[in-house]
Amino acid sequence: MRLRASSVLNHAFMIAFSFIMIYPVIWWVGASLKKTEELRLPTIWPETPMWSNYTEGWHFSANYTFGHFFANTLLMEVGNVVGGVLTAAVVAFGFARLNFPLRGFWFSIMMLTLMLPGQVTIVPQYILYNTFGFVDSYVPLVLPHFFGGGAFFIFLLVQFIRGIPKDLDEAAKIDGASVYGIFGRIIFPLIKPALVTVGIFTFIWSWDDFFSQMLYLSSVDKFTVGLALRMFIDQFEVQWGQLLAMSLLSIMPSVLIFFFAQKHFVEGIATTGLKG
Amino acid sequence: MNAPTADTMRALPKRRWKRPIGKETLPGYIFISPWLIGFLLLTAWPIGQSLFLSFNEYSMLSAPQWIGTANYERMWSDATFWKSLRVTFTFVLFAVPLRLAFSLLVAMLLNRAMRGMNLYRTLIYFPSLIGGSVAVAALWRNMFGVDGYINSILGFFGIQGMGWISHPDTALYTLILLNTWQFGSTMVIFLAGLKQIPSELYEAASVDGAGPVRKFFNVTLPMLSPVMFFNLVLTVINSFQMFTAAFIITKGGPVQSTYMYALFLYEKAFKHYQMGYASALAWVLLAIVAVLTAINFLASKYWVFYENEGGGKR
Repeated sequence: MRLRASSVLNHAFMIAFSFIMIYPVIWWVGASLKKTEELRLPTIWPETPMWSNYTEGWHFSANYTFGHFFANTLLMEVGNVVGGVLTAAVVAFGFARLNFPLRGFWFSIMMLTLMLPGQVTIVPQYILYNTFGFVDSYVPLVLPHFFGGGAFFIFLLVQFIRGIPKDLDEAAKIDGASVYGIFGRIIFPLIKPALVTVGIFTFIWSWDDFFSQMLYLSSVDKFTVGLALRMFIDQFEVQWGQLLAMSLLSIMPSVLIFFFAQKHFVEGIATTGLKG
Repeated sequence: MNAPTADTMRALPKRRWKRPIGKETLPGYIFISPWLIGFLLLTAWPIGQSLFLSFNEYSMLSAPQWIGTANYERMWSDATFWKSLRVTFTFVLFAVPLRLAFSLLVAMLLNRAMRGMNLYRTLIYFPSLIGGSVAVAALWRNMFGVDGYINSILGFFGIQGMGWISHPDTALYTLILLNTWQFGSTMVIFLAGLKQIPSELYEAASVDGAGPVRKFFNVTLPMLSPVMFFNLVLTVINSFQMFTAAFIITKGGPVQSTYMYALFLYEKAFKHYQMGYASALAWVLLAIVAVLTAINFLASKYWVFYENEGGGKR
């Protein structure tokens, strides 16, 4: 009996805590349908839902709909995810399975770059892209993902590959497979679950990477969703209902991915991703 | 213990068996070439270039002009520099401990065996998923505005509301709160660390009559200290670079009360096109972060506990 009481209490606490954490998001959903005067209230559902917040917000910019900005962002994301997943796998295999001179050195350097403040490289990078005429294009946003997808992901995959028994490689080697064959036919298929994690995080992080997008994209035609929202916020008189509606739409791709691939987040990172 | 700790970050294990040297050299470099090229092109070269530029005056319109240490000297008398430094240190001082403590607390809540835990995890992790986006910044700006719903709730309890974001005394704290609400990535690493603490240790502590508090201080904290260290180092480094929220929600204001260092640097470089001065600012930031990280590493000897210490290689 005592056990049951404590378990009920436990659940009550967890429900209350989850509710407090998620409350701003729940409120957000309701607020996206509210009139401006109602936004000051902590209540969730508006008296009369203003669906026009969505239709008018969608057309807030004179020349483009939000669909245009979504298409731009998705186009960029295709490059980022493909580049990140493929090259991170390749690089991680090199670090995890091959012996070459200075391997430890390069690996340490790579881990050090995780700690390097981006501000140190941003000015020369900008100058570099500018020299080649890539400013105001997606190149500065997509290209870095083709260089291994980022130190964090390489590290994650190295840890994952190290957990795969070497017997598999040895068996393939006896059958005459080259290192490229071992990578393509053995390791790559086996690390797919971890690659899904890499792809998901690449997607969400580059969706939210406001700084680079703002730095490198200047013409409205090429704006991403994040930049479009910034333009919306900076208007002379902000239509908050519409802005919150479009903001909510802008996080939907991340939300959908989150719910479809949920186990890859908390569980995946905690139990498979970082396990060696 | 396989969560990313300073220990696993040091190097890969030594090769397990001898092979003729050189056989894998070419394939090895081919495999890591995407990263290596990217590193040389977008990290190594820019670092050198940035150091060079910090001793120059450069506006991108004409060639860099060597001015010695003038950029660094200029900071001494630049009131905005000191202001942004003070704002940033205040932010770091509050945001880092809050975020670490909160992440650890949540990780411990989520590490229990309980029906429905997956649902709770999803709900609690959710805000962090979208945390850094412009969308959430917009939400925050509305919630904490004069007409935001936070004031209505406070009014219900008889507390006089105010424009939390438009008042210089409170604006920074709304950003700190937002930063704490986005605890997810730190929490996930704690959770991974907690899962790797052998349950026998807790059982043994129970046998010795330890209560939950003593278990926390004598088992959980020491066993988690490498993960805590990793989180501390990265959270400090990341907090110094906080940008988006300050840029969108407060624009550095009011009266520069949220003028974070990264914001200052951005405006010097890309609004005033003082690339040389901005590079010098970046190197000062790097120096600050490096010193703090070094202090962290040195201090870690006194509080970080490695299970395999002195017990040979894993």
